[in-house]
Amino acid sequence: MMQAEEILNLIQSAMPGARVEIEDLRGDGNHYAVTVAFDGFDGVPLVDQHRMVFAALEGRVGGILRAMTLTTLVPQKKGGE
Amino acid sequence: MSVDERTQRLIDPTVLDRIQSEVDSDLVVLFMNGTPVFPQCGPSAQAVQILEFLGVHYKYIDATIDPSLRLAIKDFSNWPTLPQLYVKGQFVGGNDVMRQMLENGDLQKLFEQSAIPMANFS
Repeated sequence: MMQAEEILNLIQSAMPGARVEIEDLRGDGNHYAVTVAFDGFDGVPLVDQHRMVFAALEGRVGGILRAMTLTTLVPQKKGGE
Repeated sequence: MSVDERTQRLIDPTVLDRIQSEVDSDLVVLFMNGTPVFPQCGPSAQAVQILEFLGVHYKYIDATIDPSLRLAIKDFSNWPTLPQLYVKGQFVGGNDVMRQMLENGDLQKLFEQSAIPMANFS
C-alpha cells in the first residue's frame, strides 16, 4: 500500500516539471491509475518512458505498489505551429 | 550487497535460457498470470483482450505455474511486472504499453511491419 502523495513526490523528484495525475481507483491505496506528462519523454520510446516512471518509483512497482495503470504523455507544445 | 544483486544470485541461469527459448518459440509470445480463458490478474486479461481484439495468433506462457520463471523474467526484460509481450524475440512491453500502442496505432504498425497477420484488422 502506498499513499498517492508519495507516488507524486517520487515521480516529481525524479522528473522535474512532470505533470502527474493520480487516481486511487478503489480507495484502498493499492490500485492506482497514474498519468505522467513530461517534456523529458520527447523522443524516448514508450516502453522506456514507462521504465523511467518505474525507476522513479524505486522498485515499488509490482511490490508494495500492487497495481498501477500507467499512461505516459509528451506534453503538447505551447504556441503551436 | 544490493537487493538486485541478491535477487540475481537466486536466479538460476538455466531459467533465463528457458525464457529465451520460449521467447524465440513463436512470433508473438505473451507471458502472463493464468491463461487466456482464466487470466489471474486484470493486466493479463487486458493483454489477452488486446491481442484477441486484433486477431493476432500468439503463444502464451502461464508464469503462475513456474515461480522461478515468474521471478527471472523480471530481470530478463528489466520490467517489473506481468504480463510481458514479445514480438519476434523483442520485448514490447506490458499491458499499459500495449494499450497505449493500440490507441496510437503503433501496435498495429508493429504487427504489420513484422508480417504478423491481424485477422480483425487490416
